[in-house]
Amino acid sequence: MTVLDLQARRVNERPRPAELPAGEAGLAIRVGDVTKGYGARTVLKSLSLEVEARRIVAIVGRSGGGKSTLLRLLAGLESPDSGTLAIGGEPAARQQSHVRLMFQDARLLPWQRVLGNVGIARTPGWERAAREAIEHVGLSGHAADWPRTLSGGQKQRVALARALVSRPGVLLLDEPFGALDALTKRDMHQLLTRIWGERGFTTVLITHDVAEAIALADRVLVLREGRFVVDVDVPLERPRRIEDARVGALAAQILREV
Amino acid sequence: MAVSADTSRIPGRRISLRLRKGLLPWLAPLVLAGLWQAASSFGLLSTRVLPAPSAVVAAFVAAVEDGSLLNHTAISAWRALEGLVIGGGIGFLFGVLNAAWRPAEQLFDTSIQMLRNVPHLAIIPLVILWFGIGEGAKIFLVAIGALFPIYLNTYHGIRTVDPALIEMGRVYGLSRRELFWRVVLPGALPSILVGFRFSLGIVWLTLIVAETISASSGIGYMTMNAREFLQTDVVLLGIIIYALLGKAADSATKAIERRVLAWHPSFQEAREVAA
Repeated sequence: MTVLDLQARRVNERPRPAELPAGEAGLAIRVGDVTKGYGARTVLKSLSLEVEARRIVAIVGRSGGGKSTLLRLLAGLESPDSGTLAIGGEPAARQQSHVRLMFQDARLLPWQRVLGNVGIARTPGWERAAREAIEHVGLSGHAADWPRTLSGGQKQRVALARALVSRPGVLLLDEPFGALDALTKRDMHQLLTRIWGERGFTTVLITHDVAEAIALADRVLVLREGRFVVDVDVPLERPRRIEDARVGALAAQILREV
Repeated sequence: MAVSADTSRIPGRRISLRLRKGLLPWLAPLVLAGLWQAASSFGLLSTRVLPAPSAVVAAFVAAVEDGSLLNHTAISAWRALEGLVIGGGIGFLFGVLNAAWRPAEQLFDTSIQMLRNVPHLAIIPLVILWFGIGEGAKIFLVAIGALFPIYLNTYHGIRTVDPALIEMGRVYGLSRRELFWRVVLPGALPSILVGFRFSLGIVWLTLIVAETISASSGIGYMTMNAREFLQTDVVLLGIIIYALLGKAADSATKAIERRVLAWHPSFQEAREVAA
């Protein structure tokens, strides 16, 4: 456990990290040789990544390192210059309905109450599903509230409920806890881990906080200048705590590599 | 703290406070009307210049009794509504089209901006030549007046909808139509309603001018007709009716805003203060 090989390795060579969750919703992700640039600047340089179904993978790195670009590609918001993106064995562009993205800011519609925001897609039977999802993230009693009356943490809970109401196979998290205070952040970590444990959606988390990455993920990758420079499993059992000494030790080790 | 606790314990004082608050805006007009009545009664004001308030009230009663007031008011209000719906509708459609579709903007925006800068009352001679003094002339003028504020504010409102929310809608699988109805239009609504209120003001102004210049019915016609017979009381009554109609339209818009913009922080505060 103390000797961690921090070199990038292939998925199937790695020892098993923490146990898989019970739910079976998760879809595998495969990023093959993806290059993406804006104008003269290349953001991702023939990047490859395989994520097993039902895992939580965290990608850390400096801002501008291409983390968000990778997530936007997986969400189908942009397409790569070259390379392939597959989710559950299908091209990512066709799997949009199985992929949900949570943003840094909650991005709730201010003219919709909590219920209307969670059920934004208005699919048949949306109201019951939305109420369930709201209860699931611990906001029962707030269904009829306007978003502006909610705290930052509550807004992100609504955003999480909105992301999960359609039972996606992949959840993409673009630093959604970055703006929260330490206590609220810890509550959100616990909430996310609990729901993931029940549903088992594959999760890709982007963060600049290495300790947060270790507290949540099965595997942590460091993205620098468009390439993964570190790829390490997190062999700690759940539940984890961000203030745990082993989390800190692992974080220190990863930061040394960066 | 102590003061508010005191007043809340005495219901009588709270009611009188509320009453005072409700009456206060009317105090100035009432005092003015009183002075005016006194000046007329003592012969300081010639009825040719300004009839006494009591004479205006008498004219009001007479006009209600012979049905002419209701008739003229209904005709004016109907013209305002028709012009507003036609002009506002066209302005709204072009606002949406040009904001959402670049080729349309390139095709139409310059022309619309050019037309916008022509004072619409300047085309009255042309309108009379086209439509004579029939209904068409007045509705055309009102529609032209109502068009541009709604066009500009719809365009601006749609253009300034938070792009982050539109991106969110796309990630959450909304179709283009759903995106428009659930994200773009509600986001642009505060701005569209501002345009609507501007348009309302212009509608009344246009109607007054159009009805006094060329009409055989409506409040404007009523006042111009009264002028020929030196009925200053009826002229004044017409002006007051215009003021009341404008105020009623403005209040209606405010009520609509409060309802459809209940989510908006500024309207929320206003409502909490009112409550």
